[in-house]
Amino acid sequence: MAEQRHLVVGGGLAGLMTTIKICEAGGAVDLFSVVPVKRSHSVCAQGGINAAVNWKGEGDSPAIHLDDTIYGGDFLGNQPPVKAMCDAGPAIIFLLDRMGVPFNRTSEGLLDFRRFGGTKHHRTAFAGATTGQQMLYALDEQVRRYEAQGLVRKFETWEFLGAIVDNGGVCRGLTALDLRSMKVEAFVGDTVALATGGPGIVFGRSTNSVVNTGTAASAAYQQGAYYANGEFIQVHPTAIPGEDKLRLISESVRGEGGRMWTLRDGKPWYFLEDMYPAYGNLVPRDIASRAVFKVVFEMGLGVDGENAVYLDVTHKDPEELTRKLGGVLEIYEKFKGADPRVVPMKVFPAMHYSMGGLWVDYDQMTNVPGLFAVGEVDYQYHGANRLGANSLLSCLFGGMVCGPKMLAYAKGLKRSAADVANGQVERARHRDEEAYERIYGMDGAENAYALWRELGEWMTQHVTVERHNKDLQRTDDKIVELMDRWDRIGINDHGRWLNQEVSFVRQLWNMLELARVITLGALARNESRGAHYKPEFPERDDAHFLKTTKARWTSDGPTLSYEDVDVSLIKPRPRKYDVDKSAS
Amino acid sequence: MDPILLRVKRQARPDSEPYWEEFKIPYRPGHNVHSLLMEVQLHPVRVDGTRTAPVVWDASCLEEVCGSCTMFVNGQIRQACSALVDTLARPIVLEPMKKFPVVRDLAVDRSRMFESLKRVRAWVPIDGTYDLGPGPRMTEEVQQYAYALSRCMTCGCCLEACPQYNDHSAFIGPAAVGQAILKNLHPTGPLTKEERTAELMGVGGIVDCGNAQNCVVVCPKEVPLTRAIGDAGRQTTKKFFRDIFRR
Repeated sequence: MAEQRHLVVGGGLAGLMTTIKICEAGGAVDLFSVVPVKRSHSVCAQGGINAAVNWKGEGDSPAIHLDDTIYGGDFLGNQPPVKAMCDAGPAIIFLLDRMGVPFNRTSEGLLDFRRFGGTKHHRTAFAGATTGQQMLYALDEQVRRYEAQGLVRKFETWEFLGAIVDNGGVCRGLTALDLRSMKVEAFVGDTVALATGGPGIVFGRSTNSVVNTGTAASAAYQQGAYYANGEFIQVHPTAIPGEDKLRLISESVRGEGGRMWTLRDGKPWYFLEDMYPAYGNLVPRDIASRAVFKVVFEMGLGVDGENAVYLDVTHKDPEELTRKLGGVLEIYEKFKGADPRVVPMKVFPAMHYSMGGLWVDYDQMTNVPGLFAVGEVDYQYHGANRLGANSLLSCLFGGMVCGPKMLAYAKGLKRSAADVANGQVERARHRDEEAYERIYGMDGAENAYALWRELGEWMTQHVTVERHNKDLQRTDDKIVELMDRWDRIGINDHGRWLNQEVSFVRQLWNMLELARVITLGALARNESRGAHYKPEFPERDDAHFLKTTKARWTSDGPTLSYEDVDVSLIKPRPRKYDVDKSAS
Repeated sequence: MDPILLRVKRQARPDSEPYWEEFKIPYRPGHNVHSLLMEVQLHPVRVDGTRTAPVVWDASCLEEVCGSCTMFVNGQIRQACSALVDTLARPIVLEPMKKFPVVRDLAVDRSRMFESLKRVRAWVPIDGTYDLGPGPRMTEEVQQYAYALSRCMTCGCCLEACPQYNDHSAFIGPAAVGQAILKNLHPTGPLTKEERTAELMGVGGIVDCGNAQNCVVVCPKEVPLTRAIGDAGRQTTKKFFRDIFRR
């Protein structure tokens, strides 16, 4: 058998950790990314990473971390992998520390920990308020070390187009577009891991980076990979609305004592503290976002009559704020022109994270053998709502599982990918080349970017905080209409070199496919659970919906099926945050 | 408010001649340079009413932490995302970075910066990713310095401003010096400090710095580059004498 190759798509935290684990075991990796990996969306993670080290004498433990995570996710997460993640937390933090992540310190020189939403414990390690950036850089450096040793080949500014699936249904590589030369190439590999992040751009403006189109996940879904729990979309309660993006103001601001309020009867009303006395400003994000919607839309109490409430840290020591939250306060200062140390920030909820993603087994493998998924693009660790600072942990833990499992899978292969008939590889390349030729020839009246904005407006209005069946149905009708209009797009850029418009047209189609999965998954789930809230069905319905949604692609739209959730460790119980969470 | 006039220096390919195009964009409060370019994608029409291709530029995070959208805005090197239109003189003039090869329009190739990080071995040589227990302790003072250096997003503003960094010089530039010093700071760093310091003493290393101190002025993340360069000077001098006495 020829030397085995592993293909990793995406250079954020999950992809880099997967790469490191493979190289550490002596494997060779081709690493693909639409941007230089050091510019991946993980840089946007601000507040920190969770691990129950119990360094504050609070009696914290991985078991409590597990319970907080499962409870916070409204019992939709399969419990064994979540337990494994929480158990691995402390070792992951120590590893990052050894890699040189400049975590904040206590006076004794130990790692400092702060509080985050959905827990009563100081469990979040942090590097200022740019923890994701610092972690990404540390992993980027380790991968550069392997690159210098010749174990990693980087393909930066390349976009994943599709898996190469052989006649037996096994993934044997991928096709990718060189975004500069606009040439499609096929890469043979024994395993492929998608670590391509979330689909925020499906919602137009979100807290996500512009590269987070979900196009790779959608392409895999259209090739037969299941997309699971797509309807679970996290809306973060505190972001700064902008023309181009909704910029995140980290939950760590509340973890460090920030308070949310608005004026009622001329006086400050700390509505979260009032509604949820047990957790106050640190309720999970779905709860806080719904509270802001209630205050602004139902009660008409938005600040200055705008869609905004205050997030206030002006009562805190400015020097401590700079040391612990500098990075995020700087974003507010730069983009709003006001100093949050002096005036309260004006914030509003924004689409932030997808709990759903490609369905994977406990080895991070999709239902297509040889095709893995890891990081935000998988659905594995957060159930119906993710707790703050658990995403960085899940990216790293997922990567630590994924890399070794890819090696083990490849070792068990009877036939190497290199032995797969050339014809199959060539067919896959040809398929994608044809698709782009078709896009180059599009000369209709529609503008691709205008269609995308329309999609974003519909998705944001109807498929985020509150969902109504009538509106979900109308949104799906709209998406189908946009798919029809997609055929009538006209291309303005006819260049054959770094043509961003042509790449975008294909991404847009994939976004539309994924938008249907998200919308129809929400329409079918007649209950309220975590981030999925239907006023028509305000209660959680375990009898019918304690199940993972699995969407399978057909040419007529997604077909949904449901799979039982593994609740073998913690028995489901009602989820409430106005009183202390009872023990499991 | 009057519409916003946008002048963009364009270039179809790395080897083709640059040219200028102008666009008029209706005023809305809250625009930044990035959102102006998004408007051009919606209506790729020049001031004279003729159609053109939408402008090409690099962008990702839009909150000034990824470094992608670095370009000249009205002659100043900075990120397009944090260039708020209400604070800019008009017309707004956009040009690509000058010290890096243009790929197309405002998009450039900064791979040389990543190669420099390889050269100075900007990584901690960990033994493995296994559970080897807690890392070394670090004082808050050292952490604060390390954190400030670690916020470098490899955007290249410092290199644009540096008179010593160009096509004809091997100088690795302030960003890479900062990263070498950052790794030397880590408690595990001294184990490989000699190699990094040797690299800083070699061709294109710290001796090429002309001490103009432009780098620290243009750095959008206030990375303490001149302090790092000072540290690099001291560390290389010490090594120079150590090496002499070892002979």
